Amino acid sequence: MHAVVCIKQVPDTTEVRIDPKTGTLDRRGVPNIVNPEDLHALEAALEFRDRFGGRVTVLTMGPNFAASALRECLALGADEGVLLTDRRFAAADTFATTYALWSAIQKIEKERGPVDVVLTGRYALDGDTGQVGPGLARRLRVPLLSYVTAIEEVDFEAKRIVVQRHIEGAVVTLESRLPAVLTCSADLNQVRYASLPALLAAQQAQVTAWSVDDVGADPEQCGLKGSPTIVSKSFVPEPRTDTCRLFEGEPAEAAASLVDFLIAEHRIPGFEPVGAKEA
Amino acid sequence: MPKNVNIDEWRGIWVYAEQRRGQVSPVTWELIGAARRLADAIDTYVAAVLIGDGVGRYADEAVACGADRVFVAEHPELAEFRTEVYGRLVVQLVLERKPEIFLLPATTQGRDLASTVATDLACGLTADTTQLEMDVQKRMLLATRPTFGGQQLATITSANWRPQMATVRPKVMPRPEPDPSRHGEVIRLEVGDVAADAPTRVLKVVEESNESRILDEADVIVAAGRGIGSKANLYLVEELAEALGGEVAGSRPICDAGWLPKARQVGQTGITVRPKLYVAVGISGAVQHVVGMMQSGTIVAINSDPHAPIFQVAHVGIVGDLFKVVPALTQAVRQRGRRAVLETVGG
Ligand SMILES: Cc1cc2nc3c(=O)[nH]c(=O)nc-3n(C[C@H](O)[C@H](O)[C@H](O)COP(=O)(O)OP(=O)(O)OC[C@H]3O[C@@H](n4cnc5c(N)ncnc54)[C@H](O)[C@@H]3O)c2cc1C
Ligand SMILES: Cc1cc2nc3c(=O)[nH]c(=O)nc-3n(C[C@H](O)[C@H](O)[C@H](O)COP(=O)(O)OP(=O)(O)OC[C@H]3O[C@@H](n4cnc5c(N)ncnc54)[C@H](O)[C@@H]3O)c2cc1C
Repeated sequence: MHAVVCIKQVPDTTEVRIDPKTGTLDRRGVPNIVNPEDLHALEAALEFRDRFGGRVTVLTMGPNFAASALRECLALGADEGVLLTDRRFAAADTFATTYALWSAIQKIEKERGPVDVVLTGRYALDGDTGQVGPGLARRLRVPLLSYVTAIEEVDFEAKRIVVQRHIEGAVVTLESRLPAVLTCSADLNQVRYASLPALLAAQQAQVTAWSVDDVGADPEQCGLKGSPTIVSKSFVPEPRTDTCRLFEGEPAEAAASLVDFLIAEHRIPGFEPVGAKEA
Repeated sequence: MPKNVNIDEWRGIWVYAEQRRGQVSPVTWELIGAARRLADAIDTYVAAVLIGDGVGRYADEAVACGADRVFVAEHPELAEFRTEVYGRLVVQLVLERKPEIFLLPATTQGRDLASTVATDLACGLTADTTQLEMDVQKRMLLATRPTFGGQQLATITSANWRPQMATVRPKVMPRPEPDPSRHGEVIRLEVGDVAADAPTRVLKVVEESNESRILDEADVIVAAGRGIGSKANLYLVEELAEALGGEVAGSRPICDAGWLPKARQVGQTGITVRPKLYVAVGISGAVQHVVGMMQSGTIVAINSDPHAPIFQVAHVGIVGDLFKVVPALTQAVRQRGRRAVLETVGG
């Protein structure tokens, strides 16, 4: 069994604040974390290895310091961390991101043997498109199993997997051929903890770093150059300019005049102003 | 990136008409409405792509909502959505007919299909948009989406590629008023042996209770926030919701605490709603909550803190103690509600 887990290092958006003066995101002092759902993808891969043996490779595209995210995964038990890093990969949209990840997976397959399953998180906290897993599946020409909340059966010999997917209003049980790409939701499993010795050891661990040339990627298809979308503007939503109409007075009085206003202005569906006639 | 598309060959705005278990999702009509608006700006046609088993009966409704053409692909093997099977059909159709813009819903199905198709077509895809505008001169779609947990908006373009693709969140575009007198063309597609060598098979579909969709259709929502204090106090919002003929929802802390089911959480990690009336009771108005309800028709805020950010999005409000204000509201509604009903019945 060989699983490749794609992880992304993200700023912890719960810590990002908007600078009231400049209206831009203030990321100072914001910690970088492994995208939370990616840890569930890693956990699924580690559970596969616990049962079937084999190997778990974690892969990320990002700046040099994303190596620390890979080390966190090594501390949890991954066998190898691969960092795709090169200035030419920078500012990739999801199309160029999946191209880079695909290129790296080609090389991993060539050098480390066939990959049976690729796992990603459902969404990343920052970009939050949820497009990388599906796009990667298509690049790899393997089936996509997204929004996975349970793995019912898996047989790497017979190349078959049965998963549950949670979609709007239903749980779908889907059978698929392997290899496949799974995008994992936090409901899939409980993430294990790294032991302190493992954490310490992982701080020294080597990660494999590859450039555009190392993975044999076409620089024209990488990063900003390879991205069909561009962020043409980014801004903090403007506060509304029209002000909220406040109703004042004693609670009973304020409430009554508010309700009168809502009815008079037809703001409550099904309620007509007193005296109004049906058309 | 090397790509030569002759932009002038691509015309028309398409919408993927999502169906789930044989029923078209309401977001489809919202997307057709949005497509109509964009198409009118650049003087082109709107088409809906309807794929499934026995879904052709929705073609008229698509036309009434603003479509000029409806592509219908029907086959028993298409009953359940499967990414690879649907993707192949859609890619083929796009390559044949060359639409300049293609909108899909930002649902589990729409997102998967959109990224699959965009990857095959090597075109850009803007995710989870909440606003769509048109640069008429350049026939360029300006698609705006929230990022960084909803704290920032970004406008994304893909000027040199066709089609320009975007997924659109449900409930952010108004649902058009259907016009049954509109005319359109229904084009049935040859589907052939559509699922041959499909890599996946749907074994089972278990529908969840309607609970998970109740807020989707609600015209009135009364939402409770942490100001409500305890689960025992929820009856206050329940009574108001009942008097207004609406549903109860909550902010994340309320649902995290288990006071209300997760399916009733409004916001970024909850549900996006678009009722005609939204009453926020004891909710501060954090961005992650606001992104889920800001499209509501009328927003009413009840909060004891006059500086609570909810008053920046609310249209009307009362600064006061919810334990006094909410029962007074319920009483006022009940009094006037009776009268309203009598009036209507009496003609
Ligand atoms: C403001 C803004 C808006 C953007 N909007 C769009 C847009 O609409 N369309 C678009 O195509 N791009 C967009 N991008 C670019 C997008 O954020 C990047 O392409 C990003 O590298 C991947 O997208 P994501 O964070 O949305 O990942 P998602 O698709 O949400 O991530 C899903 C999973 O994919 C894996 N993954 C994602 N990135 C990596 C990585 N670098 N290395 C390894 N695994 C990874 C992880 O397992 C992750 O859990 C935008 C960027 C910004 C700054
Ligand atoms: C990644 C992420 C995703 C999130 N997703 C969501 C989401 O989907 N939905 C969501 O709601 N939140 C979400 N949040 C949480 C969000 O940031 C806020 O923490 C949350 O919305 C606050 O809920 P609240 O307004 O109920 O509580 P609080 O912020 O605690 O506000 C309580 C309000 O009640 C008022 N109050 C107190 N007592 C009274 C009284 N007696 N009478 C009247 N008013 C009173 C107070 O003045 C205050 O304004 C998310 C956060 C993150 C980081």
